[in-house]
Amino acid sequence: MSVDIATVKRVARLARIAVSEDDALRMAGELNTILGFVEQLNEVDVTGVEPMTSVIPMAMKKRQDAVTDGDKAADIVANAPATDENFFLVPKVVE
Amino acid sequence: MSDLTRLTIAEARKKLRGKEIKATELAEAYIAAIERANPVLNAYVAVTPDKARDMAKASDAKLMKGEGGALEGIPLGIKDLFATEGVHTQACSHVLDGFKPRYESTVSANLWADGAVMLGKLNMDEFAMGSSNETSYYGPVINPWRRSIAETTVMPTTHAGDGGFVSSGGAKTTRRYDNMQLVPGGSSGGSAAAVSSFLCAGATATDTGGSIRQPAALTGTVGIKPTYGRCSRWGIVAFASSLDQAGPLARDVRDAAIMLKSMASVDAKDTTSVDRPVPDYEAALGRSVRGMKVGIPREYRVDGMPSEIEALWQKGIAWLKDAGAEIVDISLPHTKYALPAYYIVAPAEASSNLARYDGVRYGLRVPGKDIVDMYEQTRAAGFGREVKRRIMIGTYVLSAGYYDAYYLQAQKVRTLIKRDFETAFDAGVDVILTPATPSAAFGVADQDMAADPVKMYLNDIFTVTVNMAGLPGIAVPAGLDAHGLPLGLQLIGKPFEEETLFQAGHVIEQAAGRFQPETWW
Repeated sequence: MSVDIATVKRVARLARIAVSEDDALRMAGELNTILGFVEQLNEVDVTGVEPMTSVIPMAMKKRQDAVTDGDKAADIVANAPATDENFFLVPKVVE
Repeated sequence: MSDLTRLTIAEARKKLRGKEIKATELAEAYIAAIERANPVLNAYVAVTPDKARDMAKASDAKLMKGEGGALEGIPLGIKDLFATEGVHTQACSHVLDGFKPRYESTVSANLWADGAVMLGKLNMDEFAMGSSNETSYYGPVINPWRRSIAETTVMPTTHAGDGGFVSSGGAKTTRRYDNMQLVPGGSSGGSAAAVSSFLCAGATATDTGGSIRQPAALTGTVGIKPTYGRCSRWGIVAFASSLDQAGPLARDVRDAAIMLKSMASVDAKDTTSVDRPVPDYEAALGRSVRGMKVGIPREYRVDGMPSEIEALWQKGIAWLKDAGAEIVDISLPHTKYALPAYYIVAPAEASSNLARYDGVRYGLRVPGKDIVDMYEQTRAAGFGREVKRRIMIGTYVLSAGYYDAYYLQAQKVRTLIKRDFETAFDAGVDVILTPATPSAAFGVADQDMAADPVKMYLNDIFTVTVNMAGLPGIAVPAGLDAHGLPLGLQLIGKPFEEETLFQAGHVIEQAAGRFQPETWW
């Protein structure tokens, strides 16, 4: 499988990263190098092998369904680039 | 007064408790050392002298009363990946520009609760993606070690009168250093450089594919990646959640044991934090390794491995054998597939974890013509090249139609890698000995590695298997190469048997001695 410029642009769009023509050209080369490297996994016989879901066998911890934290609106927005009265401000999304 | 920054954690602990030195004096010594060295080494991206002084003063008050925690008054550096309340926390990325969290990571909170003193935040590869610390937004860290060659000069015979002394001639060996700047490894390059250049007594670090052990090996320091689940990941900026694990970088095995005891905990805030008590790791030091079964995996003898690495490995085998351990050859047949599987799993998880950097809730925002354009411009400007590359790979392997071919296949191979280790341990092997890295420290801006990302990835060839299987691994300095640069050995243990690693690591350290760079910075 080889990645072309159109695929790079499609993936960049999915990843929400703006790329120029030059970026896309360079990335196509780099991605193909890495994909070429990982290609060797295809030679491994994985018949009947379960995919790994957890390296350490453990039961998923569940916490009590209780309020343990809160009333921190000011802390939550403290690092935001643009806020107004504890709301995050973003460009208009609905016309 | 001798230089306080040369004291190990264990030595400083004794002097602090014995009231021979004050925590404030120790903190001042480190603050002065950082001020002098950091413009050259670039190990710290933020220094917190006021905080250090306040914390040291509080430690002194406790120590005066004969109180205090396990690390009372010990000055530490914190990798920039750990959230520290009100202090610069950016994972050395531009995308987290100006981020100062309103909370503290569990690991750093544990250290402060035990009395440690914070010196500042340490440089690292951006989002822990890299093996040389060169992907940092804040620039590369310089390894305190330099290449040198031994030169033997014949001393001329001199007589009293002209030089004031008499010498009968003879040979004198000196080392001639070159000025080439070397990398400290990565991603915890700032942590490793700061520990080895005496800019902190110990440092926190994290390891996703080798990010504690590879820089430890390249700087002559000790680094342990504990079992997945031993240290809480809460408040650590996420890279690849199924692989990330915190651990210490320290000057010797004992210091690493002391630090890990404080860093590890059971944490309700991390669902993968394992519910088992933290042992006293330091107590494992000095225990005999007589009868311990040490596995030597034949697959770690890779093509093109320098003869020095092979020789170092043989030395390690001899040391453990001399100490009474039994050496057995083992096979870990899927070793060669660990790195390619890692370069699917880690970028896949990273592409998901890094989706949160959108210019809305924290960090950098670059305006756009609409909200999607704002996301795209922010992420284009905020992420460096290596991070973008990994997000792209991750997005690609998870995209519709490719998931089974890449991600599912990699996770199946991962099961086989883990099974290899289980088979060895089931056969009675207690610990596995391997080289830590395929080479010593290399130059900053190495042309070969810049041209081919896979070349850089190969740095983690011996360490990445351990993350894929969730096992504990320690890197211990074991010798110097022909250029006088440190090399390390790695010990891999069974899940939650970090004590065995400290025990066997201490035997290697006792045999190899400790390695410190000559001060030039």
